[in-house]
Amino acid sequence: MSLRIVVCVKYVPDATGDRHFAEDLTVDRDDVDGLLSELDEYAVEQALQIKEAADDAEITVLTVGPEDANDALRKALSMGADKAVHVEDDDLHGTDALGTSLVLAKAIEKTGYDLVVCGMASTDGTMGVLPALLAERLNVPQVTQLSEVSVADGKVTGRRDGDTASEQLEAALPAVVSVTDQSGEARYPSFKGIMAAKKKPVESLDLDDLGIDADEVGLEGAWTKVEDAAERPARTAGTIVKDEGEGGKQLAEFLAGQKFI
Amino acid sequence: MAEVLVYVDHVDGAVRKPTLELLTLARRIGDPVAVHLGPNAEEAAKVLAEHGAVKVLAADAPEFAEYLVAPKVDALQAAYDAVSPAAVLLPSSAEGKEIGARLAVRIGSGIITDAVDLESGDEGPVATQSVFAASYTTKSRVSKGTPVITVKPNSAAPEAAPAAGTVEQLAVTVADSSKGTKVVSRTPRESTGRPELTEAAIVVSGGRGVNGAENFPVIEALADSLGAAVGASRAAVDAGWYPHTNQVGQTGKSVSPQLYIAAGISGAIQHRAGMQTSKTIVAINKDAEAPIFDLVDYGVVGDLFDVVPALTDEVKTRKG
Repeated sequence: MSLRIVVCVKYVPDATGDRHFAEDLTVDRDDVDGLLSELDEYAVEQALQIKEAADDAEITVLTVGPEDANDALRKALSMGADKAVHVEDDDLHGTDALGTSLVLAKAIEKTGYDLVVCGMASTDGTMGVLPALLAERLNVPQVTQLSEVSVADGKVTGRRDGDTASEQLEAALPAVVSVTDQSGEARYPSFKGIMAAKKKPVESLDLDDLGIDADEVGLEGAWTKVEDAAERPARTAGTIVKDEGEGGKQLAEFLAGQKFI
Repeated sequence: MAEVLVYVDHVDGAVRKPTLELLTLARRIGDPVAVHLGPNAEEAAKVLAEHGAVKVLAADAPEFAEYLVAPKVDALQAAYDAVSPAAVLLPSSAEGKEIGARLAVRIGSGIITDAVDLESGDEGPVATQSVFAASYTTKSRVSKGTPVITVKPNSAAPEAAPAAGTVEQLAVTVADSSKGTKVVSRTPRESTGRPELTEAAIVVSGGRGVNGAENFPVIEALADSLGAAVGASRAAVDAGWYPHTNQVGQTGKSVSPQLYIAAGISGAIQHRAGMQTSKTIVAINKDAEAPIFDLVDYGVVGDLFDVVPALTDEVKTRKG
């Protein structure tokens, strides 16, 4: 039987751009170009490797986001995912992590799955809670923050490198996995992959399709509220010296003045 | 006054500093009730009481160590049911965030992560966060349910505030569905004797300019002279010169020490995201045009292999 893998990806504002908030204190998406979150590329890569090691597997890449988020799906498809699901609905604007996990969980259940693969965090919100939220909502094991992952005999195993220990984990499928940027470099899409991606199916779903009421999501339905967002004042210019043999001493003098020594 | 649950991060009963910071912040919004899961609650309770815990809810079960995260969520939920708190605070570690997230779903509440400050507000606690590589400061609150908030290390100075800290046993039933992810083995990380990166008051980081694993002892020597933790940029980690656990940056750890010293680090956005909220920033780099110099309080344009050892010697001399 085919192994059904769903990879959750996010379309995020480019971190090298100048990111801003819009007037309603959501992320201003018009201001900066978007792209597939770099940390999700690792998730796509691990899904591809799991598929390559399996007899029979199929990868669906899933995103929740505005029309442009289609770009993130195309990137994942050009890397080698088989098909895509795009949840898009005007009422989703301003949805927070809890709401997003609800939408993703419903879409994953509708698609059907044995394994859900996520990145460790998005590069915009950087919360890193979505995989745990999904595991809780789907009521399946969470095998998260993995630097190594493999699937065999209906089980997923992996290594989680924490601050104080490195753990070897194991869970029966279905399960939710998240992988870190240490799991292995993501492949670049080949020209052939890019061409093939154009022909791969992208299913579009809205809130009605998922049986979710508009007031459960969006800015109004969010479980959290941003009340204020202020641009951090630029740092005042610091002292910069050129080392002409005394740089270390001068620096020590500065640190002593600041009471660090 | 309302009670506030504080999840205790500890190693076999030795309470880690971020928990003491949480207790300090919790006292701004209510009476802290600490939740200690695992062994040696009595030992931990002494420290927790000194820092304001009015009560310590304690539970120990083999499942906490045998399975990942979920049994601890069962326990925290039991504490939540027992107390009906005004808020639940956890440290912003990978585990703290995951436990908080799952609890939030169960109790129908919103979650805020990586708060750097917390204050009491008319409609519940207000959390300050630093976002978009620290280019923005936001204030947020949880608008549905009981606020679940995770707080970054170094967000507050722990203050002593003696309280009763009475230990009460918490009855916990670990659900079968919480035994899904088995911890097959656990290898403790070898201690370097240096402070934990995210908790350290001073961090010394090396980057591409360190030019090889064999040169990192230059960085370590400075760190040791200052009692600091050692960090590394992504370039240094990807090159295999230093372990990933020491990576400072967007895909590594985010640090906010009193003093951050960047040696041989250009200051790419990736790195800045992880250190920009440091109180005092110092950089040493050969390239006068390196973007890191835009952030510094003090910068030295020079070869780190000259400047860092000279600084180390000077620190040692001054410290006697």
